Amino acid sequence: MPTLYTADHEWLRIDGDVATVGITDYAQSQLGDVVFVELPKLGRQLKKAEAAAVVESVKAASDVYAPISGEVVEVNDAVTGDPTLVNSDAADKAWLFKVKIADKSELDGMMDADAYEKHTA
Amino acid sequence: MDAHDTASPPLSRTPLHALHLARGGKMVPFAGYDMPVQYPMGVLKEHLHTRTNAGLFDVSHMGQIALRPKSGKVEDAALALERLVPQDIVAVPQGRQRYAQFTNAAGGILDDLMVANFGDHLFLVVNAACKTEDEALLRKELSGDCIIEVLADRALLALQGPKTVEVLTRLGADVAAMRFMDAGPRKVMGLDCFVSRSGYTGEDGFEISVPAADAEAFASALLADAAVAPIGLGARDSLRLEAGLCLYGHDIDTTTTPVEGGLVWSIQKSRRNGGARAGGFPGATAILSQIDGGTARKRVGLRPEGRAPVRDGAALYADTEAREAIGSVTSGGFGPSLNGPIAMGYLPISHVAAGARVFAEVRGQRLPMTVTALPFVPHSYQR
Repeated sequence: MPTLYTADHEWLRIDGDVATVGITDYAQSQLGDVVFVELPKLGRQLKKAEAAAVVESVKAASDVYAPISGEVVEVNDAVTGDPTLVNSDAADKAWLFKVKIADKSELDGMMDADAYEKHTA
Repeated sequence: MDAHDTASPPLSRTPLHALHLARGGKMVPFAGYDMPVQYPMGVLKEHLHTRTNAGLFDVSHMGQIALRPKSGKVEDAALALERLVPQDIVAVPQGRQRYAQFTNAAGGILDDLMVANFGDHLFLVVNAACKTEDEALLRKELSGDCIIEVLADRALLALQGPKTVEVLTRLGADVAAMRFMDAGPRKVMGLDCFVSRSGYTGEDGFEISVPAADAEAFASALLADAAVAPIGLGARDSLRLEAGLCLYGHDIDTTTTPVEGGLVWSIQKSRRNGGARAGGFPGATAILSQIDGGTARKRVGLRPEGRAPVRDGAALYADTEAREAIGSVTSGGFGPSLNGPIAMGYLPISHVAAGARVFAEVRGQRLPMTVTALPFVPHSYQR
């Protein structure tokens, strides 16, 4: 399944019933140098649109909203250990957390790569 | 909401606006101006570049004011200005400048500023966000003694960092003999400039006032030097925070006195109780009694024990359970030179000793912080 994008500048990669979530390269470029990342606790039940993670640059803190409801089944400790990964590889190595999708219909209406590119243009 | 209802007045531009755009500056509104928060180098690298090379800052949004004595004697302008600030201005020799604050009747701070003695007049640099009110205050209170001339046709550039002297010397400026807080008119690149050896980063450096029409050529000449990079407001803030310097409107404002703000060092003995010109400035009773008797709270440096930055506005608690906050953070973020989070805030006098531990509330958690002596990064002033 291709990568999906939200209007809040998150990406989701779907593998079966698990979504891997990160922020987009556009989002990291807007944030600037990332110096701190806080991720949700394993096992937390996320509700779509609630604050799930925090990405902080030198200048400001930005919430990352849960793009989809479900249980947090994995978090990326590499990115909390080295927040600069968000700047260097937002779209891959700097994935933030994985969610066991509670309701696949929440994916409806998310953007594909072309639509997201137009959204940020 | 209809966008038309929320339309802000158009932002002002400094004489270097086009240069910021050409250099890829990311522009943001700041104190009514469209200003670069960072350039493509990014805040972290801009910060570190300033600490190791030379950073060029556009601070043309700040107010530049000449205070000219009607008597022709600069002492009379100094005496007049002393009615508005707790500093000894009369004692500032020609060619020197001093840090000062405009105070209100309660002893709060209306603005902080630099005052230089240029021989026949005083030269003031005030904060952008306060400059209209400052000008009105000066006109209202000092017009009997002084002509207040707002120098709107000048740009102000700050060149900061350990390589600034060699950069300016390469351009033919005769500034190497200046000491920290020396200030006066000087020719630089053939232009009539006002140069002071001072700044807002903790580094050695200069602030240079140039005619607005020449500002872009002047800045371009500086930027042509390999040691110089343009630096935005983001790094300006992280540099001054590491240097423990106050940001007006955050660390000091109308609700904080100079004593609470840890600025007693800036109030000379001559203006304190027992001094030759004790008092005679707004809020003198409150400020001088605090100098003699102490204050209930003070500004402190704070280092979060973890990695999470603690930002402006975070409430501070004595422990993890306490319901009542005992203070708050007034500036906070990440210190690139320290590679960790740093902050400043106000705490009751019981908690201001270095090593005291308090807890900041961030996203529902109480994060431990240690009270730390300021500055976080030692100053490199050339005294």
